[in-house]
Amino acid sequence: MSESSGTERQTATVDSDSIEDPLLEVDGLRKQFGGVVAVDGATFAVGEGSLTGLIGPNGAGKSTTFNCITGIHEPTGGRVTFDGQEITGLPPYTLANRGLVRTFQIARELSDMTVLENVMLAPDDQVGESAIRSVLPGLRDDVIADEEAVRDRAWETLDFFEIDHLAHENAGNLSGGQRKLLEMARVLMTDPEMVLLDEPLAGVNPTLEEKLLERIHELRREQGLTFLLVEHDMDVIMNNCEHIIVMHQGSVLAEGDAEAITSDERVLEAYLGGEV
Amino acid sequence: MGLVANAGDSRAAVVDRPGAVAVAAVLGYLVLDLVVKLSGISVFFLGMQVLGGSLELGSLLSMVIDGLLVGLAVGLAGIGLSMTYSILDFANFAHGDTVTAGAFLGWVAAYIAAGLGTGAPIAELFMLNSGRQLSTVSTFVPVLLGLVVAGVGSVGVTLLVDRLTYRPMRAAGNISLLIASIGVALAMRYLIAFVFGTQTSGVASGGLRITFFGTVSMTDNEVTLLVVSLLLMLAVHLLLQRTKLGKAMRAMADNEDLARVTGIPTERVIRLTWILGGGLAGVGGYLLVLESGTISFNFGWILLLLIFAAVIVGGIGSIYGAMAGGVLIGLVDSLALIWLPSGLTRAAAFLVLIVVLLLRPSGIFGGVTTA
Amino acid sequence: MSVAESVRDRLDALPDIGLVAGFMGAIWAIMLVLALSVGGAEWANLAAGFIGSVTVLIGGYAILALALNLQWGYTGLFNIGIAGFMAVGAYTTAILTAPTDPAAGAVAGLGLPLWVGLLGGMLAAAVIGGLAALPALRLKADYLAIVTVAFSEVIRLTVNWSGLAEFSLFGRTLGTGGATGISFESANDVAGSLVNGVGAPVAAAFQGVGVSAPNLANLTYGLMLMAVVGASYWVFARLTNSPFGRVLKAIREDETVTQSLGKDTRVFKIKTFMIGCALMGLAGVLFRGQAGYISPSQFRPTITFYVFAALIIGGSGSNTGSILGAATFSGLLFYLPARIGENVPLGTRAPSNIVEAVAALGSLDPFPLVAYTVGNVSTLRFVLIGVVLIYIIQNQPDGLLGHRNEPAASVDLDRSRADLGGESDE
Repeated sequence: MSESSGTERQTATVDSDSIEDPLLEVDGLRKQFGGVVAVDGATFAVGEGSLTGLIGPNGAGKSTTFNCITGIHEPTGGRVTFDGQEITGLPPYTLANRGLVRTFQIARELSDMTVLENVMLAPDDQVGESAIRSVLPGLRDDVIADEEAVRDRAWETLDFFEIDHLAHENAGNLSGGQRKLLEMARVLMTDPEMVLLDEPLAGVNPTLEEKLLERIHELRREQGLTFLLVEHDMDVIMNNCEHIIVMHQGSVLAEGDAEAITSDERVLEAYLGGEV
Repeated sequence: MGLVANAGDSRAAVVDRPGAVAVAAVLGYLVLDLVVKLSGISVFFLGMQVLGGSLELGSLLSMVIDGLLVGLAVGLAGIGLSMTYSILDFANFAHGDTVTAGAFLGWVAAYIAAGLGTGAPIAELFMLNSGRQLSTVSTFVPVLLGLVVAGVGSVGVTLLVDRLTYRPMRAAGNISLLIASIGVALAMRYLIAFVFGTQTSGVASGGLRITFFGTVSMTDNEVTLLVVSLLLMLAVHLLLQRTKLGKAMRAMADNEDLARVTGIPTERVIRLTWILGGGLAGVGGYLLVLESGTISFNFGWILLLLIFAAVIVGGIGSIYGAMAGGVLIGLVDSLALIWLPSGLTRAAAFLVLIVVLLLRPSGIFGGVTTA
Repeated sequence: MSVAESVRDRLDALPDIGLVAGFMGAIWAIMLVLALSVGGAEWANLAAGFIGSVTVLIGGYAILALALNLQWGYTGLFNIGIAGFMAVGAYTTAILTAPTDPAAGAVAGLGLPLWVGLLGGMLAAAVIGGLAALPALRLKADYLAIVTVAFSEVIRLTVNWSGLAEFSLFGRTLGTGGATGISFESANDVAGSLVNGVGAPVAAAFQGVGVSAPNLANLTYGLMLMAVVGASYWVFARLTNSPFGRVLKAIREDETVTQSLGKDTRVFKIKTFMIGCALMGLAGVLFRGQAGYISPSQFRPTITFYVFAALIIGGSGSNTGSILGAATFSGLLFYLPARIGENVPLGTRAPSNIVEAVAALGSLDPFPLVAYTVGNVSTLRFVLIGVVLIYIIQNQPDGLLGHRNEPAASVDLDRSRADLGGESDE
């Protein structure tokens, strides 16, 4: 199944079919910008509750794959399935409401809003997002009750990521690492089932990196969240992900556990080839 | 085989781009209607006239000439707006008032030159209210001098405005620059009003009428507009094609990506943008007054939206697009009279602007390389 | 810079209601001083006239600035078609309420009561605003600006068109009146009847000191407009300090992120356009149609730019700032210079044009130039407005209050007490 059409590639050890309880399935995903094919028939699956790594040399199509899955770009071809339902080409807000959310490679904080506002924005279907309810006196009681609940959850989430001391600060004043934490906090407030993390550790100092990874594992353990992680740091991927997908030139080159990937010669070649 | 493929293509076009197809249908109807009207046939359906009527070829040609004249001047003025939009990355709402400023400077010079030795008081000449009507044939040298002063003067005005307003904010966002230009527009317009008053002055009127095709005629002033704007457009073309700086500017104006890669444009390119754009705007304004005969403190401001329409229809950033867009919008503004009552023709030109922005934001000629 | 900062610090220390009251009080005091110094025995009537007119202006611009603040300040939608939406509201109200049996030469309407007309006007402006928002879903900010300003001109030219001046619809004759305009039930009459009815004793006291009935009605109307400003502020403050407002701010900051967090930003943008345009439509009739008459020339794009100037001065993104900006703009920049220019005696030596004024400098007589300048100050004030706009954008882009952090939430955002008790800072 994971063979991309027209090539004779074989996957390393684990076949997509063998992923138990796949939450996200990507099948023959293709994205073309003008004449450039950025993603060329990528096929893989992410098991429910797993921490899956997505790696590949620069230009392998990882970010474009992310953008196609999360509705930022409309794919040129292929199918994306989430939780058993096809989601190909659906807009980002629909996906987020279904529990599929993402973070961005370069943290995109809402800089002229406070940290607390950033986090409180995220929950789905807040009562006060209705213009009429937020204004009319009789209807507003529900808004207040909902707001109080959201606020309390926001504080808890900020506590969890240890950025509560920055709650009233404008997000634009945060350091790079703090912004990454804020993005994670914000995404969690949407109550997701699955989070796509686009290089969450880039530019983050080792202490913070440790902290972030700890949080990710904790969320998996305690809330059963699924993570798909794009990361450049091989060690991080090898040490934390039980399943790893390697992309090269727009399609999946290999997948399997850390051991299988490190022993795969094609992976080595792709990386060396990419370097030269 | 080819036929089948074509049918499939056109079906796909209807589905993918319903707006464009609707526009094409409307245009097709208008062209058909025009032909039927010219042949003097009326077509009725259910008692309503759906096609045709009557239209003299002569009046159609007059409308075309009117539209062409206004369009050429608007196109000249539009070059600067298009260039600032792409090179400095903002919509310059003060551009219309640059047109006015250039026109006033030029006409004051022309008036004083024409009035010297006639005993007219200098104050009356300066205020453009001696009542004299200039024309190219009767006062050739003053009109020519005014043209040069309009160009040079508006260059001076734009450079001064850039120095005071835009240069301190080179790093600012495009909306900040747009708002600053609104401030510049207000300040310029009312400084002109402060000096020259708010009345409309008649300053020019054709001295000679040339008739051709029996029914169509143009005044000497109109011919001047036609010739001067065509010559200037040719000059701009040569500048862009033959000089190194011109080529660099064209590349930057035409290609946003290139502009982004090369980073903030050099002060040299910016200065040339203002010089070229400002000068042509002033000349365009001067010529429009020569053609219409009257001048007032806010005529450029009123014209601004039409210039925007020209630039957007031609494709923002494209210098040739601005010229062609000007002519096109001038023609729409004038030919709309065939189908619409006179009160709505200007609205039609603005609707064209809106429709183009919605359906084809890169402009009608967008995507066509100008190299 | 430091002056501006110290002004700002002092502003920050005041509660919002005190700020607005202080600004209004100061502007009224300036008007009173002007009336006292030029009015002689007529000072009371003059003061009532000045204060009434300036209050009407402030009220009108404050409503418009609040509406624009929702669209641009909060959501980042650069709408420069304000004049057009005002026209939609004003014309709808006018057509709904104009008498069915008009005076000779005037155009007939539907003769409905004023409140129906006002509601209808707001509704029409909201619908047209919602339609205009559709391009906003896909256009860049500066393209949207051009589309909206072109749209507003299309509206103005359409109501100006003689073909719509008078027409028949379902057997009734109505129309826009074309370039001549349209007369309808004057909102000012409401103020007039207040003065003659409930307020008669107060009115008598004012008239006792020489305030004329029209000036008194005008002053009353200004205060009524301020009440509309208060109500609009109340609505908009609740609207923006809520999850709804939070989404609007997020759209302004980064629309992609907002979508990625599950918000259908298109719906929010359309709603914002509709709500803001409804208020613009209301201002169109209450402000421009105060005297029960409107014409197309009252809805030129310049008024749009004045609203922008007001909002930028006050600080885009702040509701309170919108009102302060409207007061500063219309009181100090727009109204005051014109009144000073009118009331400074120039004598007979004032020159008729600038050439004579400058020529006199040659004989070392600066008076003609000064006299010319003062005499034309109502023109120069627009130069001043332009220069102030440039100065603010260059040096104080946050205006008076835009720097403020007004978190968009319906509740106090500090940690709740229960939470604090549970797990204080560890």
